[in-house]
Order: sequence, then C-alpha cells, then structure tokens
Amino acid sequence: RQNAHAQRIFSAKKMASRKEGTGSAATSSSSTTGPAGKGKGKGGSGDSAVKQVQIDGLVVLKIIKHYQEEGQGTEVVQGVLLGLVVEDRLEITNCFPFPQHTEDDADFDEVQYQMEMMRSLRHVNIDHLHVGWYQSTYYGSFVTRALLDSQFSYQHAIEESVVLIYDPIKTAQGSLSLKAYRLTPKLMEVCKEKDFSPEALKKGNITFEHMFEEVPIVIKNSHLINVLMWELEKKSAVADKHELLSLASSNHLGKNLQLLMDRVDEMSQDIVKYNTYMRNTSKQQQQKHQYQQRRQQENMQRQSRGEPPLPEEDLSKLFKPPQPPARMDSLLIAGQINTYCQNIKEFTAQNLGKLFMAQALQEYNN
Amino acid sequence: MATPATPASAPAATPAPAPAPAATAAPASVPAPAPTPASAPAPAPAPAPVPAPAPAPASSSDSATAPATTAAPGQTPASTPAPAQTPAQSLPGPALPGPFPGGRVVRLHPVILASIVDSYERRNEGAARVIGTLLGTVDKHSVEVTNCFSVPHNESEDEVAVDMEFAKNMYELHKKVSPNELILGWYATGHDITEHSVLIHEYYSREAPNPIHLTVDTSLQNGRMSIKAYVSTLMGVPGRTMGVMFTPLTVKYAYYDTERIGVDLIMKTCFSPNRVIGLSSDLQQVGGASARIQDALSTVLQYAEDVLSGKVSADNTVGRFLMSLVNQVPKIVPDDFETMLNSNINDLLMVTYLANLTQSQIALNEKLVNL
Repeated sequence: RQNAHAQRIFSAKKMASRKEGTGSAATSSSSTTGPAGKGKGKGGSGDSAVKQVQIDGLVVLKIIKHYQEEGQGTEVVQGVLLGLVVEDRLEITNCFPFPQHTEDDADFDEVQYQMEMMRSLRHVNIDHLHVGWYQSTYYGSFVTRALLDSQFSYQHAIEESVVLIYDPIKTAQGSLSLKAYRLTPKLMEVCKEKDFSPEALKKGNITFEHMFEEVPIVIKNSHLINVLMWELEKKSAVADKHELLSLASSNHLGKNLQLLMDRVDEMSQDIVKYNTYMRNTSKQQQQKHQYQQRRQQENMQRQSRGEPPLPEEDLSKLFKPPQPPARMDSLLIAGQINTYCQNIKEFTAQNLGKLFMAQALQEYNN
Repeated sequence: MATPATPASAPAATPAPAPAPAATAAPASVPAPAPTPASAPAPAPAPAPVPAPAPAPASSSDSATAPATTAAPGQTPASTPAPAQTPAQSLPGPALPGPFPGGRVVRLHPVILASIVDSYERRNEGAARVIGTLLGTVDKHSVEVTNCFSVPHNESEDEVAVDMEFAKNMYELHKKVSPNELILGWYATGHDITEHSVLIHEYYSREAPNPIHLTVDTSLQNGRMSIKAYVSTLMGVPGRTMGVMFTPLTVKYAYYDTERIGVDLIMKTCFSPNRVIGLSSDLQQVGGASARIQDALSTVLQYAEDVLSGKVSADNTVGRFLMSLVNQVPKIVPDDFETMLNSNINDLLMVTYLANLTQSQIALNEKLVNL
C-alpha cells in the first residue's frame, strides 16, 4: 500500500507543477466570493497554511456513497480530493474514489488512473487541482505509519493538503463524522530529515499531541444546490430512524474499548522494550566503568614494574551501545490511544446526556 | 402521460401521440394502436394527425442535422400532441420493444442530483445545458441510479455532438472503482426535451438496453426544480416508420442511512445566511435530535387536540398509529428503572475515568521517555 501512496504522490507533484491558471475555477459558482485564485495560502513560516477547510455538500455525499458501496468491515476506502486554495481557506469542490484491491489486478496503474481521471475531469471544468485525500476509518483507528507517510508526501508536494477522515460507524449513529487533519510543521521537519531516532524527536520536541492538527471544517453549498435540497426535502419522507437518540451503547463502547486495549497492550510492549534498553545501557555503562578502572589499575601496576602501559583502547569498539528502540512507533501508538480516548469520551458524554434525559422523562411520568 | 418527442432526422411518417387524460381536441383519425404495452400508459386513441410539415426528406442517416421542424417539447401533462417526426430505422431493434427492465420506478440517490447541479454550474460559456451518463444497477422492480458523470457536448441550433469517447473512458475508469455499475441512461439539465435529446438518446441506446433519460430543471421554471425521468418507447403505425415517445417514470429518492444523515446536515445550509455551516459537537447533536422529536410530538398533539375539539375529522389509520405509539412506551417499575439507569451511568462514568487515566498515562510516559 505504501508504494501505491508514493506513486500517487509522484503524480500529485506533477500535477502541482503544472498548475495552470485557467478560468475553470471562475465558472464554478460553488466557491465563495471573488477571486477564486489558485494562489497558495500565505501562512507564516511557523504557522499552518490552512486555517479552515470548506467542503462542498457534493463531496460529503460522494464520500458517504463511496464507503457505503465499496467498503466492507475493516477495509479502508480512499480517494482523492480536488479543489483550490483561497487565502487561508482550503476549498474542496470535488473528489473521486480510488479503486481498492489493486493487488489483485497486477497491471493496474494507479498513477495512470489518477492522471486520466483528472484529465477527464478537467474537460468538464471540474477543478483538477489535487488538494488532499480522504480515507474512511474503522472506529477511529487511523494513526498509522502509512497515513503519516502519505500525508507527509502530500503535504510536501502541496503545502495546503489535508487528509479527511470519515468515520462511517459514527455517522451511522446519527451525526456526520468528518475530520480534517494535517501534520504539524514540527513533524514535517522531522519527516523531511527522515530521521526518526529519539534524539531528533526530542530535539523537535514532538509529543503525541502535536503530531496531527485538526482543521475546522465547514460545509458550503451553492444557491442552486440549496434549491435542490428544498426540492428533496419536499419529496422525500422524513427519516424515520432516530439513531442518535438510541440509548443502547454497550456494543459500540465495547468495540472501542477492545481496540483501546489492543493499543495499550502494544504500548506496554513498547515500554518493556524501552525499559530493557535503559537497563542495558546502564549495565553497559557500569561495565565500561569497571573496564576503565581495571585498565587504570593494570597500568599503575605496570608502571610500578617499569613496563610500558597498555595502549588505551577505544572503549566504544569494545562496548557497542545497544540500539535505542524506535520512538516513532510508540509516538504513533500514543497518538492512536489518544484518539480512541477522545472518541470514547465524546461518546460517553453524549450517552450520559441521553440517560439524564430519559431519567427526567421517567420522573415526569411518575 | 406521454410526451411526444421530435426526432432529428428522417423521412416523415405519421405521428400518433395520445396523451390519455388531456386529449386535446384533435380532429381525426386514429393511427396506431399503442406501442409496447408494458411501457406506455394506455394511450387513448385520439391522437391528432398533425399534418406532417413538409416531410423533409432528410438524409436518413444518423446525421445530427435536424430539419427545421417545430420542436414541441413539453412535459407538462396536458401537452398537446405535437407534430412528431420519426427517426425510425436508426433505433436498435431489440432494445426498445421489450418491457422496460426493472419496472417503472427509478430510484435516485441524492448524490446524483448534487453532481448534476454542480456540473451545470460549471458548464462552458454559452452552453445552455449539460448532459452526462447515469450509472447504476437494475433489479427486478426498479432501477437504482447511484452514480453519474458529465460528458462534454456541443449543441447548437442544427446539430449536436457528444463526446462518446470521453464517455466510454470515464465509464471504464468508474468501473474500476465500482465494478457493479452499469450504464443506465443519461441526464440533461433544462426543462425541455428537445430534438437533440432524441439523438442523444439514440447514442445511449447503443450503450445500454432501454436507457433512461433524466431531466433536472435547473432553469427553475415554475419556481421549482423539477426532476423527471423518462424512457423512450416506440409509437406509430405498425408497418410504417415508427416514432419515438418519451414516457415518464416514477422517481423516488433512495437513501442509505448514512446518506440520509449527510443530506440532513447539508440541508442546514439553506438556513444560514452565507450558506455555511460547521459540524456540531456531540451534545449539540443530541439537542438537535431531541428538538426534532419534540416538533414531531407537538404536531401529533396538535392533531389529537384538533380531533377532540372537532376541528378535524378523526381518521382511523392515524388513530391506530397513535395507539401503537403510545403502547410502545415501555412500562417500567420505577425502581427497576432507577437500577438500570444507575448501572448505565456507572458504566459510562467508569469508561470515562479509564479513558482519562489512559490519557494521563501516555502523557506521563512521554515525559519520562524524553528525559
């Protein structure tokens, strides 16, 4: 999968380098005011370039549909987001899905698919500027190495890109769950160096909370789409499912906790590894110290006997320092645990609210 | 209700449209019996034999040059039978005559309509309408349209050119993502069915058996955006050249659950001044949902009061629904309810506590490791 992502990014770079200022953006009345230019967002060097993500209703519907039709169980569905950048806002005006199961079809060329798609979309005046990608998630587990790498490549090629995480299960519970994430500039720096050793991470002062930053999302529709919505509202029956108010929470909660437990297990393994490493280092230090002392003693003895002292040996060759465990993985796990916890807290807050409402109603009845 | 369609080329023949209800005063003789029974509504045999305007012996090939016959589009039910020329021979035989695959209901997903409106907004300068392909699946009783893409085309007074290569390519690309989708037909914006529509419909007949035609009225005639679907049927005198008629179909909107939720959210932009809404937080959503139920309940209460005070006559079916509604509220002994409530609250609080604990643990771990 990682190769696939890398290829996609390569094509994204090509497209980005061919940014033409065609008038195609101008005809789209779905973007907001005035000069829908293709200028890059002017963020300060330390600031993020994108303060807000504005999504068309159409994109939301397409993402929902894509997951509904092609996603099953724990598989993720992915796709590309198209749009443009206006000042410090990223506008996403269209998207197209990426086929899955590319492993089955050996001669399927992802890059070519993407190029063709974008070329065709350009013919019908759809914004063909690649601004990010979307991915569905299973109960909120998306903080993985693959995602990090992909998002890094995207952000490297196109400064303002975001990854939209769509949570279908939470959406089915009653409210759309769509979040936009970017890598923080600090993390971008570290990734650029490709140096994930502990020292570099410490230098960058990266904690798991500062890996991804969430960008607020707004949804925007053009007037004509609003008319369409009125029309639909008149013609369609009112939704008869009020999932949001359902009091049954144990299933969902159970699943969440299960995933959390798995991660915590991984984390604890990581910690064990780290502890062994620490122990090994300190043991090694002791050994070095002892060796040095012995050397000194021997040298003194030799001196007293008039023999030449033994040459100083390179201690580092004798005692190879143990490998420090990879810090990046544990950062990712910590980030993931954090996300799970956030989700769980949101969910329990909602449910507590519902339970209190039920209690109030019951008391009223009595 | 049949909407006569004017063809774009060809030798003349007798028209025989027959809108059943609004049979306009048409003097004359009756040509053909109804075309394929399954698709056409029982046409009343009272068509108007409109004198075929100078039968332009146009080249009978599929050239896209329409003779300057009067187009009489119009899909309003009371359409008058219009002079309908026939395009005849160019129609592939096996596609049309059979019964319309899937019955007479077309189920649309809202994503299609949003796509269509979006492509309309992005149309080229000078183009009055946009067209595109509809993709979806067919089953026994209905046709479900789940995807679409727009196709560049050029249309002028005399001719129409559609980039079918493009359409084929896009279809191939789409097939890679959703292998189950088939070409079902095509759509066009605008509220008329024009002569060119027939030609385009013909192009599509080659791709799919019995294609559907969907029109979305973006010009907002009558103040509404009307969405209609048609299938084409043969009509005319058997044995002679046949005409084509667009028969309307029922359009229903189908939603997946998640789609419904998405649409509800998107609909909120209608109410905000600059058409922008943010995603709401968790408790706000619960509040919103309860407000909706409250509204529904107050409507029901209002109705009940009206019936009691005699303003509205009682309806038995509604009464039955009301009774089942009231019966659905479970009767729980207060003590049991208390225990259930408390245990649930305890569970949730415990989980919150655990989540917070975990979070502080990893923060601590972070600090330690960084020492």
